[in-house]
Amino acid sequence: MKSPTELWVYLSASPLIWLTLTVCVWVAASELSIRLGRNPLANPVLASILALSAVVWAAGVPYQRYFEGAQFVHFMLGPATVAIAVPLAQRWREVSRLIGPIGAALIVGSVTAVLSVVALGKLVGLSGEVLISFLPKSATAGVAMAVSASLGGDPSLTAVLTVTTGIVGALVVTPFMNLFRIKDFAARGFAAGLTAHGIGTARAYEVSATAGLFAGIAMALNAVATSVVAPAAAWLFLR
Amino acid sequence: MIKGLAALLLFQLFGESIVFLTGLAVPGPVVGLMLLFAAMLTSARLGRSSWKPVEDASGALLANLGLLFVPAGVGVVALGRFVEGQTLAIGFVLVLSAVLTLGATMLAFVGARRLLGGGDPE
Repeated sequence: MKSPTELWVYLSASPLIWLTLTVCVWVAASELSIRLGRNPLANPVLASILALSAVVWAAGVPYQRYFEGAQFVHFMLGPATVAIAVPLAQRWREVSRLIGPIGAALIVGSVTAVLSVVALGKLVGLSGEVLISFLPKSATAGVAMAVSASLGGDPSLTAVLTVTTGIVGALVVTPFMNLFRIKDFAARGFAAGLTAHGIGTARAYEVSATAGLFAGIAMALNAVATSVVAPAAAWLFLR
Repeated sequence: MIKGLAALLLFQLFGESIVFLTGLAVPGPVVGLMLLFAAMLTSARLGRSSWKPVEDASGALLANLGLLFVPAGVGVVALGRFVEGQTLAIGFVLVLSAVLTLGATMLAFVGARRLLGGGDPE
């Protein structure tokens, strides 16, 4: 018979425990969010990240080891992006009537997302490496990390900035839109998905199916737009 | 469900392959999305739509989209050396940029919808 300490040493070194914890913490956090009536402050992504970071930090486990388990979840970001094609095709008739607003909002939004970082970042004097890693933060995590790496940024820093942007966007979008009395759920969703990629899209789906659909479209389009706008901004302003 | 997942993975694989071969500046999964979208619309035109497994897999993934961002978010524990002394400035830029992007995108969408038409918001 081995001791519980030996069991912990064994488990904490295996990917299984970190994968299991990630999924279980998520299930608990989304249950909590539903119980709290989908209050924007009870964001399940934020709650899960705080809880898991606390465990990883307290256990003294290096992030790389946590990620060996959690990567199986992380990997699904790719198929989930492909999956947006399904609601898009199902509701194409409705979406195709809004090509004009979608195009206008995409151009304005993707440029604002990148240039606001350049302007504000220079204002507060962020270091060059941080600034480059910051540019693609409104694109979905996989894309943002790839763009950052291609510009000489640090993908792991970009991942955190991207996820944090997603959380901030998801927390802010509902009160922000209510403040300005925006009742157009296509516009609300599109802004959420463009600013806060998948986390904003997840939030939009909590509010309405229309908002979720347009958020998903914005997330997909901004993934493409950011991979053009961020390198252009880096070349123009950060050389 | 597994059939649907297989299809999603296949389309991502096609997407990644096209990006690799052509050197396109677009992420592979996004190309996969466009291919699947085209395939679904084409088969709907031809009156053959047996996309049920793909619809199920897609629904399951999109319903738990937030979960997929958790592993990257936990990376915050490993950031010490970059953000040293810049945490406050980073937070300032991050929040303000998110609010500006939300506002600008929403205004452009609502404005263009008024100018160009496109049906009344529901």
